[in-house]
Amino acid sequence: MNSSMNNILEVNNLSVKFRNEKIIDNLSFNLKEKDNLVILGPNGAGKSVLLKTLLGLLPFEGEIKWKKEVRISYVPQKFFPSGEIPLSVEEFFKLKKIEKNEIEKSLRSVGLTDLEIMKKKIGVISTGEFQRAMIAWSLADNPDVLLFDEPTAGIDIGGEETIYNLLMQIEKELNLTMVIVTHELNIIYKFANSVLCLNKKAVCYGTPEEALTPESIGQLYGGKIKFYQHQHD
Amino acid sequence: MIEEQIFYSLIAAIFVGGSTGYLGSLMVTRRMALVGDALGHVALPGIAMALLYNFNVILGALASLFFGILLIWFLHFKTELHTEVLTGIIFAVSLAFAFLILPSEDLETALIGDIAKINTLEFIITVFLSSIIFLIVRYIYSKIVLMTLSEDLAKSKKINVNLNNLIYLLSVGIIIALGIKIVGSLLIGGLVIIPAAASRNLSKNLSQYVFGAVFIGIFSALSGVLLYRATGFSAGPIIILIAAMVFLISFLFKQK
Repeated sequence: MNSSMNNILEVNNLSVKFRNEKIIDNLSFNLKEKDNLVILGPNGAGKSVLLKTLLGLLPFEGEIKWKKEVRISYVPQKFFPSGEIPLSVEEFFKLKKIEKNEIEKSLRSVGLTDLEIMKKKIGVISTGEFQRAMIAWSLADNPDVLLFDEPTAGIDIGGEETIYNLLMQIEKELNLTMVIVTHELNIIYKFANSVLCLNKKAVCYGTPEEALTPESIGQLYGGKIKFYQHQHD
Repeated sequence: MIEEQIFYSLIAAIFVGGSTGYLGSLMVTRRMALVGDALGHVALPGIAMALLYNFNVILGALASLFFGILLIWFLHFKTELHTEVLTGIIFAVSLAFAFLILPSEDLETALIGDIAKINTLEFIITVFLSSIIFLIVRYIYSKIVLMTLSEDLAKSKKINVNLNNLIYLLSVGIIIALGIKIVGSLLIGGLVIIPAAASRNLSKNLSQYVFGAVFIGIFSALSGVLLYRATGFSAGPIIILIAAMVFLISFLFKQK
């Protein structure tokens, strides 16, 4: 199934050390264009570190090969602005030198249709609104790949579903490649083409149906979680 | 001669007040408000040397700050200790060193400034460097704001965080050196923070905030020098008190 032609990312024997402790150990996986990869794993498994390494923010051993001139957008974990900076939503976009009509378009595309929000400070809008604005922000310069670290951390349960629905809708409309880090199992079947279970090493990797077995999940979370494989028609 | 000096001190006040307010607006959002104060003291050994050996005070302060900031930046890089901790240490050492060598009759000049006695060379240095700083801050402003929101996010946008931090810190150093001539090393922290703090109360967004900080900086410095001419009180303390009054009044019009 793997022709390396349409791989947007190839990772071979990747290891990341932090003060002599191995955070990621000998990891290999590929990502095809337009695919959605979910990186799954417990807290402290190295998921966020992996994203940052893929972005080139951390030193590593091994090989990370992005397709040439690929444009990557990244949304860090628990990124909520403090009230310290009196920055309006519009000005937040302008940090990336985005034109006003492009900003409006991006905001509408994530369901923020009341454009009054552009004038509000990013520190005072609700967490859910901010997360939407943040998705719009990361899409505003037309990336090929979106790396998203825990999209729903800090958002209430109702909000979680909205965010994932939004991501799926965006994925359909823009045909992006998405890499999403999460520790939630429930979104995978609806959303992912491939899953990487990470706990320092790759515990499982493949399509959700292949990769997610009771054994692999048990291994990933230390056998504490009961998991039932979804039946598909 | 006297008229020339009035002209010099008024123009210098406008340039330093404006650029200090501008850079101060970044420092307040980066929670580096007290760093200005600390760096004011880091400048003291250079000022002391300048007064002792009769060379330009601004240059003395600059040399001292340049060295101090490089040291802080380097140690931060090496030890990963917070900039604030390192600044605190360098600050105390500088102060100790300065008091050891500073002649007591020059103490007041060093501590609260003497804009009224600014000479031609100092005037030229001040106007030139403030303008340069203004342009540099304009160039790095949005990058630093993004870095303040999230360093990872900034890095993912290919912003060189270390380099921009260094440029920013060196700009802070230069502004402090210039500001010391106007309000002295004890009060320079106030000139950095207060206009920005007042402006934050009044502003609905970043551009209003920046404009306000620059404007209040200029207004305070300018009226301080004018009031010094009228009353004979030292300009430095008056400038700070005027800025503080604007800050108090800003609460009446506070924006959410």
